[in-house]
Amino acid sequence: MSRVIKIRKGLNIRLQGAAEKFLTKASHAERYAVKPSDFKGVTLRLCVKQGDAVKAGTPVLYDKNNPAVKIVSPVSGVVETINRGDRRKLLEAVIKPDAEQVSEKFNISEDAVKNREQIINLMLEAGLWAYVIQRPYGIIANPNDKPKAIFISGFDSAPLTVDMDFLLAGREEHFQKGIDILAKLTDGKVHLGLSSEDYGSKLNKVKNAEITIFSGKHPAGNVGVQIHHISPVNKGDIVWTIDAQHVAMLGRFFTTGVYNADKVVALCGSKVKRPQYMHIIAGAAISSISEFIDNSSGNVRYINGDVLTGSNIGNDGYTGFYGNRISVIPEGDRYEFLGWAMPRLNKFSASRSYFSWLTPYKSYTQDTNLNGGERAFVVTNQYEKVLPMDIYPVYLLKAILAENIEKMEQLGIYEVIEEDLALCEFVCTSKIEVQSIIRRGIDLMIKEMS
Amino acid sequence: MKFLRRFLDKIKPSFEEDRKFGKLHSTFEGFETFLFVPKTVTAQGAHIRDSIDLKRTMSVVVISLMPCLLFGMWNTGFQYFKSLGMEQTFCQYFLFGFWKILPIIVVSYVVGLGIEFAFAQVRKHEINEGFLVSGILIPLIMPVDVPLWMVAIATAFAVILGKEVFGGTGMNIWNPALLARAFVFFAYPSQMSGDKNWIADGFTGATPLSMAASGTEKLTEQLPSASDLFIGFIPGSIGETSKLAILMGACILLFTGVASWRIMFAAAVGGLGMGWIFNLLALNPYMELPPYYHLLMGGFAFGVVFMATDPVSASQTATGKLIYGLLIGILIVIIRVLNPGFPEGAMLAILLMNTFAPLIDHYVVGANIRRRMKRAKTSI
Repeated sequence: MSRVIKIRKGLNIRLQGAAEKFLTKASHAERYAVKPSDFKGVTLRLCVKQGDAVKAGTPVLYDKNNPAVKIVSPVSGVVETINRGDRRKLLEAVIKPDAEQVSEKFNISEDAVKNREQIINLMLEAGLWAYVIQRPYGIIANPNDKPKAIFISGFDSAPLTVDMDFLLAGREEHFQKGIDILAKLTDGKVHLGLSSEDYGSKLNKVKNAEITIFSGKHPAGNVGVQIHHISPVNKGDIVWTIDAQHVAMLGRFFTTGVYNADKVVALCGSKVKRPQYMHIIAGAAISSISEFIDNSSGNVRYINGDVLTGSNIGNDGYTGFYGNRISVIPEGDRYEFLGWAMPRLNKFSASRSYFSWLTPYKSYTQDTNLNGGERAFVVTNQYEKVLPMDIYPVYLLKAILAENIEKMEQLGIYEVIEEDLALCEFVCTSKIEVQSIIRRGIDLMIKEMS
Repeated sequence: MKFLRRFLDKIKPSFEEDRKFGKLHSTFEGFETFLFVPKTVTAQGAHIRDSIDLKRTMSVVVISLMPCLLFGMWNTGFQYFKSLGMEQTFCQYFLFGFWKILPIIVVSYVVGLGIEFAFAQVRKHEINEGFLVSGILIPLIMPVDVPLWMVAIATAFAVILGKEVFGGTGMNIWNPALLARAFVFFAYPSQMSGDKNWIADGFTGATPLSMAASGTEKLTEQLPSASDLFIGFIPGSIGETSKLAILMGACILLFTGVASWRIMFAAAVGGLGMGWIFNLLALNPYMELPPYYHLLMGGFAFGVVFMATDPVSASQTATGKLIYGLLIGILIVIIRVLNPGFPEGAMLAILLMNTFAPLIDHYVVGANIRRRMKRAKTSI
């Protein structure tokens, strides 16, 4: 019997536009892109030039500090443009796909999957290493480290929840293969967190992993919260995490030996005509799904990832390397007369000064309006209600703002990344940019500790 | 409202930094954001944000103070005509109080907001909503006969030295409204001793607290009845007399979750507990007073519900709030009963605990740090 952990704090933000269990294939995109901004903790350099021909799986970027870590092209084609921003900062390498797709192939012998070194080398070679994220700091793992354990969250709890069971349906064998591979990478255990709500989950039958059941509201599905409750990260500890879909993609690679960037994402949000799941190749131009979007009234925001932690990719951008959903919501760029004083029955809020708590089954349309102005910390005990961790978030944030390394360490900077405190940012009355403060703290830690 | 919006958009440019009315930039922005929720969208971090903001939070507090204010207006008239031995209608009581109290409120808001606007402009910040609450709290804890110039000076003192020198709302150590009360209390002791209360010219009535302090025996017989104390047919500061009105306010605050139930609950427990301990000692008549009288008399209820729960000056951790509230309750009763100089303990007890709140939090957070250190050691 698996251990059951009850998460008592948190918040489910009820939004309109959750994806129906219906799977299609997105049409082929005209362009694909590799974006350095998707990857944290690495300094990426280009290893292709404009006009170079690439296959799916050919390296496009490499890490300056550890050249073995590579980011590869998702499709075969020609590097069409290299977009740069201020001070020639590399923004994206845009690839025009060939009509006929060719992928890099790797020779995977029986022995290869038994040996830790060889597994890591293959993953590095094939550009799969970026799947592996290290805690603390939430950055791409260092292949030379030996993690205490590997954690995988087998369910999602963020707004517009993705059904991982549906997402991974038919890929159970790949998922199991991925787990088996990961088990070779650590001397500790591979932990898989599952939700108490679907006992019928096919992931429940996974072998070679320690299953823990979590019940409760968001962020129960965040791997950081699960780590905190299973075996918290202490100073000096290193654990690795990997997204559940990436586990299946890893398994697929070690089964077929072919690089393949195809994944399933949920296309969701109140601005999607029919929210659904679809096959898409990571890095596809967002224009390839424009037929599904309702932008008849007002501006919309395309988000790679969920509405709390995802990145704004703009309406001419590209989907990201990470993330299991694309959320499309209305922009809130309009004035509202006396909005703060109105009953606002159509607005969701965690506060009882609004009335959304009276309608626990209603879902709401939320736009991107800030709903106020930035203030100093005034209201207390607000963050604690949505952060199921033994951490005092405001004190941690203040330690980061004061750049007090010792205090940050003492207050738990090793245990959190932005996504764990995303709800704090959502509920904040003072509209404080919690996630960017946390990232600033993590960057400072990396700088000071290296 | 399109017309208003167009008008604002038209005059907006002249309030930009280097334009004609640049010096009123923060003021304009304050009024504009009051009228319209700005069209600012999220630039980083979470793409959606809760609909709650500080304006709404503060308005909830202001609404919760309305029962106290309205009752205070009526009671002012009632006490006045009662002392003159005149029967009047409900409306006359209320109107008398209304015209007595309105100037105090106006002075408090004009002075306080004026200073806030000026500081916001100098700092190039948005105007903070904190004073919306302080501005109504200050009149409510003043005696009815307080001279208006005194209200003005006290408000200025509280806003400048109590808040702005620390960096504005959210940074202050003490509750600004209580600081205003403390200022008049110590700066003008002859008018504000707290033991006598103006009712009508040439007529002062002893408040229940001073009766209790100077009482000889059988206090419950000398004091107004518990039901009078509860409903509030007694002389006292404008907002503090009716526990019923305060209770209505408390319900709004607790229901919306704006104020901390931990502080209110712990303070009530502390007050009752200390009253009970004094009962056991029973050295003088005041000590023999039934504990629940302490909750009904003076500023205990008002202070605990509206002042102690101020999130900025209170303890910030959940455990800390319990300790903080408990100590406030205990201290109020101790100051009242044991200190002959100050009949009212609520103001001093809360200000004292405001001072110590960061210390309480320091130890609560310290315990969290020790847990983390211990865990790190055992896992090695």
